[in-house]
Amino acid sequence: MIEARGLSKRYGDKLAVDDLSFTVRPGRVTGFLGPNGAGKTTTMRMILGLDRPTAGSVTVNGQPFAELYSAMREVGALLDAKAVHGGRSAYNHLLCLAETNSIPRSRVDEVIGIVGLEDVARKRSKGFSLGMSQRLGIAAALLGDPDVLMFDEPVNGLDPEGIRWIRLLMRSLAAEGRTVFVSSHLMSEMENTADHLIVIGRGKLIADCPMAEFTADGTALATTVKTPDDQQLAKTVTAAGGRLERGEADQEFTVRGLSAEQVGALARDHGILLYYLAPARMSLEEAFMELTADSVEYQAKTGAQK
Amino acid sequence: MTTAAITVRTRAVPAAAKRPGLPGTLRSELTKILSVRSTYWTLLAFMAASIGWAVLDCAGIASHGHGPGFNAAEASLTGQVALGELIIVVLGALVITSEYSTGMIRTSLAVMPRRGVLYASKAITFAAVTLALALITSFVDFFVGQAILSGKHYSTTLGAPGVLRAVLLSAAIVTVFGLFAYGAGAIIRNTAGAISAILGFIFLIPLLAQALPNAWFADLQRWLPGGGALEPIARSAPPIDGHLFSAWGEFAVFSGYAAVLLAVGAWLFIRRDA
Repeated sequence: MIEARGLSKRYGDKLAVDDLSFTVRPGRVTGFLGPNGAGKTTTMRMILGLDRPTAGSVTVNGQPFAELYSAMREVGALLDAKAVHGGRSAYNHLLCLAETNSIPRSRVDEVIGIVGLEDVARKRSKGFSLGMSQRLGIAAALLGDPDVLMFDEPVNGLDPEGIRWIRLLMRSLAAEGRTVFVSSHLMSEMENTADHLIVIGRGKLIADCPMAEFTADGTALATTVKTPDDQQLAKTVTAAGGRLERGEADQEFTVRGLSAEQVGALARDHGILLYYLAPARMSLEEAFMELTADSVEYQAKTGAQK
Repeated sequence: MTTAAITVRTRAVPAAAKRPGLPGTLRSELTKILSVRSTYWTLLAFMAASIGWAVLDCAGIASHGHGPGFNAAEASLTGQVALGELIIVVLGALVITSEYSTGMIRTSLAVMPRRGVLYASKAITFAAVTLALALITSFVDFFVGQAILSGKHYSTTLGAPGVLRAVLLSAAIVTVFGLFAYGAGAIIRNTAGAISAILGFIFLIPLLAQALPNAWFADLQRWLPGGGALEPIARSAPPIDGHLFSAWGEFAVFSGYAAVLLAVGAWLFIRRDA
């Protein structure tokens, strides 16, 4: 369990994390989402006691990180897979971490097996691919068999197989009753992994809700239709308080602000031909974009400039 | 690599018998320092430079004779104190700055959040490894040097007054300079920056001090690493220059510098965001 209360961090005159309060509970995967620069890494650094909060506090299993009895047995973290001494072998890297907390050598071999690095364990990590480095970082996080696991952008730069592997791993860790806190700036990564979402933008909390709730918000009010008679439909929909948008395919449109039932009834009443009609489940990505639109730090200017 | 059936809780890690602290972290730091090649290269370079200088210096004296103020112990130990020391300075800085350049510091603190323990473990481990090797090197310097000098009957023995002190202090001062560099590394957190700062301290400040009026410099030089202040440490006899402190005095001066830097480094290491 991770609990943040009024957590804030200021760098110079920039407020990186702004009065953040949330609880990450055990037994599920909690996605920590936000655009790049939203303050996710800073928050994680404060959880680990690497950075001192400007205000507020954060505890792990009820205690500040630095006061945990045996840090490795309670928290395993992967912040940056490349943050290892490249001249050291994977085995020695894990060994020197294990030794600090008196974790036996046998466990080092064990985690190397779990992440599948047996063949390269004695090689210097300098030559590791990003995927191998991520596995090494995950092995380090698992060393103490901790109750709380934290991963910062763990699938960045991984191939689909690696992504699938990490996803399964996180799910199984949560299924074992552990607290799993994983950050990402891509919604799509969370779609099949997270049970719960904490969304931040510009250091502020935007949403803290179960996954299903997050996507449900927009679901009922978007409908995909295919029609040859879009002008008539646009008029009717607008009159009913909705809005018609051009879709991706030819003759395909998205009706916003009206339910699928309402769109169907309108079409019948006005004799508009529909080839098909379907409630469009707003994707996580879209919901995310909508939520964080105002909080993206560096927004590209859209539209032609003359 | 299989993607199915990931089992993690095959065997639990035994509970900690006591709160992780210095003993485990010292072991960890020993693993760290002995598991990277740069340590071995640096220590090898240190031995080669120290012993090499002793051989050259003593061979030169053996063939050309010696001038006034000659000291047999100094002839074989100067190389270690003047040149070998510079190499250990690099290692001392690297022990801590490499944690920052690689990002390893974040991992290190995430497994050992007791920062004072981590800082002390690194310093102690580095000092122990360095002192052990420097002692061996000191004795090798001495015996090799004396063997060369003995041809001209210039040599001395370990039993002669002040000789053993010179041999031991020559190893200790190298370690002190290493710790000085470790402190500077903790403050500056950048390898190149830390090494530049230390070399500036060792070479530049004494050089600038020489621009001072002679009387001032004479009073100042015993406090500066250049300008001959390290010389008494390698000598078995009192320093030639009466303005310098004795061997123990100069050793205390440089230990004092190291202590100050180590303390400032510790304070910053514990307080600053990593």
